[in-house]
Amino acid sequence: MLAGAAALGLTSTLAACGGSDDKDSGDSSGPVKLTYWSWAPNMEKVAAIWNKKNPDITVTVSKQASGAEIVSKLITAKKAGNAPDLIQAEYQSLPTLVSNDVLADISQYVKDAKSEFAEGAWKMVTLGTDAVYGVPQDSAPLMFYYREDLFKQHGLSVPKTWTEFAEVARAAKKAAPDAYLTTFSSNDPGLFAGLAQQAGGQWWTVDGGGKWTVGIDDAGTQQVAEFWGGLVQEGVIDNQPMYTPAWNQALNKGTHLAWISAVWAPGVLVSSAPDTKGKWRMAPLPQWKSGDNVTGSWGGSSTGVSSDSKHAEAAAKFARWINTDPEALAALVKYPAVYPAATKGQSGDILTTPEFFSNQADFYTTAAEIAATAAPSAWGPNVQTAYTAFQDGFGSATKAKKEAQFLSALSTMQSKTFDDMKKQGFEVTEA
Amino acid sequence: MTSAPLKGSDRVEVGPLADGTGTAPSVRPSSPRRRGRSAPYWFLAPTLTLFAAFTVIPIGYAVWLSLHKVQVKGIGLGKGARAEVWNGFGNYADVLNNSEFGHSVLRAFGYGLIVIPTMLGLALVFALMLDTPKARSASFARLMIFLPYAVPGIIAALMWGFLYLPAVSPFYYLLDKFGLPEPDLFNGGNLYLSFANIAVWGGTGFNMIVIYTALRAIPQEIYEAARIDGASDLRIALSIKIPIVMPSLVLTFFFSVIATLQVFTEPMALKPLTNNLQSTWSPLMAIYDSAFLKSDIYGASATAVVLALATFVLSFTLLRISDRYTREDRA
Repeated sequence: MLAGAAALGLTSTLAACGGSDDKDSGDSSGPVKLTYWSWAPNMEKVAAIWNKKNPDITVTVSKQASGAEIVSKLITAKKAGNAPDLIQAEYQSLPTLVSNDVLADISQYVKDAKSEFAEGAWKMVTLGTDAVYGVPQDSAPLMFYYREDLFKQHGLSVPKTWTEFAEVARAAKKAAPDAYLTTFSSNDPGLFAGLAQQAGGQWWTVDGGGKWTVGIDDAGTQQVAEFWGGLVQEGVIDNQPMYTPAWNQALNKGTHLAWISAVWAPGVLVSSAPDTKGKWRMAPLPQWKSGDNVTGSWGGSSTGVSSDSKHAEAAAKFARWINTDPEALAALVKYPAVYPAATKGQSGDILTTPEFFSNQADFYTTAAEIAATAAPSAWGPNVQTAYTAFQDGFGSATKAKKEAQFLSALSTMQSKTFDDMKKQGFEVTEA
Repeated sequence: MTSAPLKGSDRVEVGPLADGTGTAPSVRPSSPRRRGRSAPYWFLAPTLTLFAAFTVIPIGYAVWLSLHKVQVKGIGLGKGARAEVWNGFGNYADVLNNSEFGHSVLRAFGYGLIVIPTMLGLALVFALMLDTPKARSASFARLMIFLPYAVPGIIAALMWGFLYLPAVSPFYYLLDKFGLPEPDLFNGGNLYLSFANIAVWGGTGFNMIVIYTALRAIPQEIYEAARIDGASDLRIALSIKIPIVMPSLVLTFFFSVIATLQVFTEPMALKPLTNNLQSTWSPLMAIYDSAFLKSDIYGASATAVVLALATFVLSFTLLRISDRYTREDRA
């Protein structure tokens, strides 16, 4: 969701890592002009590097809104026959875009880039088929962020399991009655989806026989809903939505002691909680079983090529370059401040510790270890329907602070998603 | 009683003008007319072209879309997975059976019941107060009342949203300081009051100007006559001013009813701030949700057509009623 708004504190002096294998683009006939829809800030600076090195393929970045808006805009543009050549697409919107024939299968051009990525990341762009609908750009593994100073002050320890997390939430409430460990936000289905992935939730799966299975109300997700519903009902976890002025203040004033977020969190904290610089620390997400080592993802995106593009090969070449070339990866980290999905982008000196986390020098070493444990996500063609159902259902449930309502909201989310797919004509069953 | 002097004074004002235009056609017949016959159509052409291009054709397209739907085949991935098929009145049946949409309309009416009387009442009172001869620095006051209307709706909604949030609102700070109860302005019925407050704050100025302009058009002689008859300022306001500006009040009422059914900005801007706002809170939010979030442009078109028809029927009915009322008043 907020993948693009990632670590702003990353800006540093990065030596250009030279070495490019794209210079010999011999068979392209004449100069090609490509448009690239992206919502990440400063993406044009990365494209400028490409344009300088590839005079025969010029990429122009057009800044777009993210989330559901770019998806509906792309579907409309596709209908009008003028979709851009290159598209920044969130992993969760890939099936929707493929289903609306917005994205082209570029496997013939980028198939061999597979080795550059973790298996989970690559799986997201293939949708489990032989086709490849994009090149992974950034990943957003979930982590546990906490206020080191306040944890020390109240004698709290960093939870390793969710059971410990619940105990810490209770202890925190006892130690600081005005504060909460964190909040359960009904406005952020992306975070809930990530937590469900960690618990083994597979919301949409497609089997070999050509049939979707909607499993939003599965055992893993139920466990997550029940857990958070219980803590909200108990009153030890806040129920206000995230990304509001009130939430910013809770983070800044320390009435929220922790935040479950993704690798891009430093970028958000810089603007939401500017007074807390150097007071946060990041740890792996608590686990359901002690000894396990799994996390989910909140956000992340890929670069795809539209089926309207007349220059699919040139576009695929750019999509591959921007997400695998060392110089491009360095620029991605420096300008739009993304956390690269490519494995070589997650190590070495490309990434420097965010200034906001100056107290945690090994921030990105830990992040890379956590990223490697990310469970693959399973997205379907009507994610937005499920997300809206989440916001409506869990909105009432968090407001009422009733654990039972969390579970009924989950089953409503399941039935609304299933009914919507059925109505559209998908071959679909329920888990 | 009041209408007699009005008509008299009208005639004095408008008489010569009317005569001026009246003489023109009487000269015309003697000149050759054949060439001029198509002239009206030429004058109308630009309007008709724009009307067709930007109103008739888009509405026609929306109606066409509303009669179709997308049919997905298999798992719906890749080329040719989706086809646009005829759906007859299926989308309309869905809209009418959709309790969420019905509730959104009811919510809009509930909101309108708070907004319209408050906003028009305030606008009328302000306009009458500004129109009294005793009013001091009236033009400054007028500007101040009008100013909120110049603030873009989205800015106004966000600003009020900040003021409604206990953690950042200065009002809550004061309530807390004095130990007064702190209501949750995003809860249940308070939500309607919160939205209504934004709309009233933003809309009163505009309606006040419309009514005030009508008041300024009333000839001074009427007031003079009323004062000679011994009428007080209040009496003049109730028996002369309000009946004369009735058409303006009716006009502002229509605008407000339509704006109520189209309430969108306030709930949309406040939605991220709270758990209590459904994605289909108002009719336009329901349309936005299906068109731009669920990408169901077909169902959204059907909903939009239903809402447009309902607005049209409602306006037309109200117009008939008010027309009958004003006619009876004249007789």
